[in-house]
Amino acid sequence: MNTHVKITSTPSADLSRRSFLVGSAAAGLALGYSAVPGMLGADQAFAAPANFDPSVWYSIAPDGLVTVTCGKADMGQHIASTMAQMVAEELGSSWKDMRVQLASNDPKFNDPVLGAQITGGSWSTMMNFDAMSRAGAAGRMALTDAAAKAMGVPAGELVVRDSAISHPKSKKSMTFAEIVKSGKITKTFTPDELKAIKLKTPDQYTLIGVSVPQLDIPSKTNGTAKYGIDVMLPGMVYGKLVTPPVRYGATVKSVDDSAAKKVPGFIKAVTLDDKTGSTTGWVVAVANTYASAAKAAAALKIAYDGGPNAKLSSQSLLDEAKRLQALDDSGQFFVKDGDTAAALGTAAKVLEAEYTTSINIHAPLEPMNATAEFKGDILHIYSGNQFATRSGAIAAGAAGIDPKYVVMHQMWLGGGFGRRLDADMMVPAVQAAKAVGKPVKVIYSRENDMTMDYSRPLTFQKVKAGLDADGKLIALNHDVVSAWPTARWGIPDFLSPSVDKKGPLDAFTVNGADFFYSVPNHNVRAIKNEMAHNATPSGQLRSVAPGWTFWAVESMIDELAHAAGQDPAQYRIALLDGKGKNDGGAQRLRNTLLAAMGMAGYGSTKLPKGEGMGVACVSSQERATASWTACVAHVAVSPSGEVKVKKLTVATDVGMQVHPDNIRAQVEGAALWGLSLAMYEKATLKDGGIEQTNFDSYTPLRMSQMPEVAISVIANGEKPTGVGEPAVTVVAPALGNAIFNACGARVRALPITAEAVKANMKA
Amino acid sequence: MPNLNINGRNMSVEAAPDTPLLWAIREQLQMTGTKFGCGAGLCGACTVHVNGEAVRSCQTALSDVAGKKITTIEGLSAKGDHPLQKAWIAEQVPQCGYCQSGQIMQAASLLAKNPNPSKDEVVAHMDGNLCRCMTYSRIQKAIMRAASEMRTASNAGTERRAT
Repeated sequence: MNTHVKITSTPSADLSRRSFLVGSAAAGLALGYSAVPGMLGADQAFAAPANFDPSVWYSIAPDGLVTVTCGKADMGQHIASTMAQMVAEELGSSWKDMRVQLASNDPKFNDPVLGAQITGGSWSTMMNFDAMSRAGAAGRMALTDAAAKAMGVPAGELVVRDSAISHPKSKKSMTFAEIVKSGKITKTFTPDELKAIKLKTPDQYTLIGVSVPQLDIPSKTNGTAKYGIDVMLPGMVYGKLVTPPVRYGATVKSVDDSAAKKVPGFIKAVTLDDKTGSTTGWVVAVANTYASAAKAAAALKIAYDGGPNAKLSSQSLLDEAKRLQALDDSGQFFVKDGDTAAALGTAAKVLEAEYTTSINIHAPLEPMNATAEFKGDILHIYSGNQFATRSGAIAAGAAGIDPKYVVMHQMWLGGGFGRRLDADMMVPAVQAAKAVGKPVKVIYSRENDMTMDYSRPLTFQKVKAGLDADGKLIALNHDVVSAWPTARWGIPDFLSPSVDKKGPLDAFTVNGADFFYSVPNHNVRAIKNEMAHNATPSGQLRSVAPGWTFWAVESMIDELAHAAGQDPAQYRIALLDGKGKNDGGAQRLRNTLLAAMGMAGYGSTKLPKGEGMGVACVSSQERATASWTACVAHVAVSPSGEVKVKKLTVATDVGMQVHPDNIRAQVEGAALWGLSLAMYEKATLKDGGIEQTNFDSYTPLRMSQMPEVAISVIANGEKPTGVGEPAVTVVAPALGNAIFNACGARVRALPITAEAVKANMKA
Repeated sequence: MPNLNINGRNMSVEAAPDTPLLWAIREQLQMTGTKFGCGAGLCGACTVHVNGEAVRSCQTALSDVAGKKITTIEGLSAKGDHPLQKAWIAEQVPQCGYCQSGQIMQAASLLAKNPNPSKDEVVAHMDGNLCRCMTYSRIQKAIMRAASEMRTASNAGTERRAT
């Protein structure tokens, strides 16, 4: 995490009021029995009166079942199960007794490090490991204390295992259920005592490091897992959006609903008045069923003013990016080490290259949706969302009420990938519910979802690098021009100060460019493409900036190695010397590269003509939260430029493995995302609108396009790091470098096309 | 008011005959295991069986299925223990899980006809089902595992009958 991320200034919430609404258990660390709803979210039935609540994070029922409340959005990374695993390890509960539920937006469920409810950055495990471990340990100590008193034996002689506490000498034993039922747990912890608890050491682990069955998986094989789209409320009606042809900035001039009125079940067409700025020019057709709402929406005749962006295209955004990059005073510096101008002046060889990435769309398979219900003075929102703290405030803004009156009901997410950090889906649901006086579920059509995505921005990067006479990299200038996804949130704490003190910059556009190679003279400039920022409001797409910065860095390093006449992998190893600020990280990254090279047979396997292997290594996500990841891509390139990916070999150092099988699943999914973005996914802007509307024109990787993927996870006992994103970022440059080695064609634009490969082949 | 035979039960649905089967299942019958993904037959999230064939319920009108046997994920097995469902758990396939009802229904129609599919046959049969989490390799493994278990069970059954 960037040290600046501490979003304590997010919309204030009235803690006492919210606590009253969604649960009475005291926030923080007090241990105690809950009398009323307790830890359960507002939509849960009242808890049994004698639950034991060791902390806000879990509750033990008199039947011994342990229910962990997950404050993170679970979008398939199984974080709810992982939280339960961390608690259970210290608590000493049996895995079969563990259950999970999803937290409401009560601030007591805020991330212990971030101080808000936000899920992203591959941060969750690393930032919750300590808090969940301590919560589990405190519960075990309290249960042990009660058991010791009940048995009349010293607590120090008790053994906790499999949800039971036994006294080997006297052969006495009590289950957690029996202890909770006794109602005699009295031990409490002050924050200082909690901090002082000695946690288990890795050699004592019995659950951490074990691939226990994920708790959410059975419900995802029989149709019972409830996603936002599955919410059903009494009296609920449905909303179908009509979105304008322009992504952002259009306004509705008039709505003619005469034809819609003939659709049976049609209730009303609601033109959004969105003071939050999340949407522009949206109308929602409300009807008694979604099918009727869709018919009515199609029958609405809406006249638009296209607004200021109606003429823009991908080419306009790229032209503007190039114009901005060419200006000396554009942007702000993210990195400014040494004197690149002087070093480039003395360099024996100077290389310059431009790298681009296209607009990309999240397209989680569950289209955006939200259900809104006004009940008394409380607005209830049902939606799977990654940023409850901000999204609740957006919902409040759409309703014109104070955020403290919004209760967010978290659901399982049918994919997130960063898309559900945003809250645009709240706005039509809230305003339609207000307009018709009933609960409304708004479901985006796939066309709405694709054309109104907070997309990965189109990016333009220019890199200029200088080598000395020995081919050593002595200077590197790196300019990154893009829309600024995180600046759009308007939360100052998510921005970073610039090195040149020209005001805050969006580090989520340049993270990764501050790599672990030792380069004495190094500049990174973050340049906001205001035109793109306005026309294609961008979002955080799985891995965010490292998804494009490493495309440029790792391609350029390869180009430099070839210019220096050296093997690109050995060239990287030399640059990862671990000097100064790079000590530690550089060595870990080097080791992953060596591991991937070894597994792939890099340099040792003789390849036929037209085939090649390429390497890349990355410190995604941010410098302070890096997982060390390397990839060897093996490709075959046909004379016409068609690229067949034969194999991806990925090695990643994640510190500690909480759940080895899940890490493999995440790394494989991330690597295939990287491949999909590198070769199959491209969105384009024309006349201000996204041209791709469904999976026929925007085409994520399918099963038939899946190469062999080999994964090596290095668990060296360091602190656990993130696994959901890093492997996304390493694949594209590894592929580009492999293509060069296979056929001599250097591609610098994502996605990679056969035409570009063919055009760049040496004659 | 169309009558539907869903998961072995006859149900009447208050919806126009041109209503997509998907929305009747989800809204009128409140069986939400069948998912909406694209509305255009491009992703497979809404896959159900009609007379044993895998179809995209978003592209199937109620009037097309009158008198036919419809099976959804909720009706694939009595207790969620179809060999594919068990294999999905054994291989820990789902990530977000949203596409998996459709994947399982698509796979079930393959194994019903071809108890011993090759990898290429699996890919050809499953390629219309998108998984945005990219769990494809585990889907393949789970199908192979389920196929193997179904063959074993079927062989055992045959042997018992023979004796």
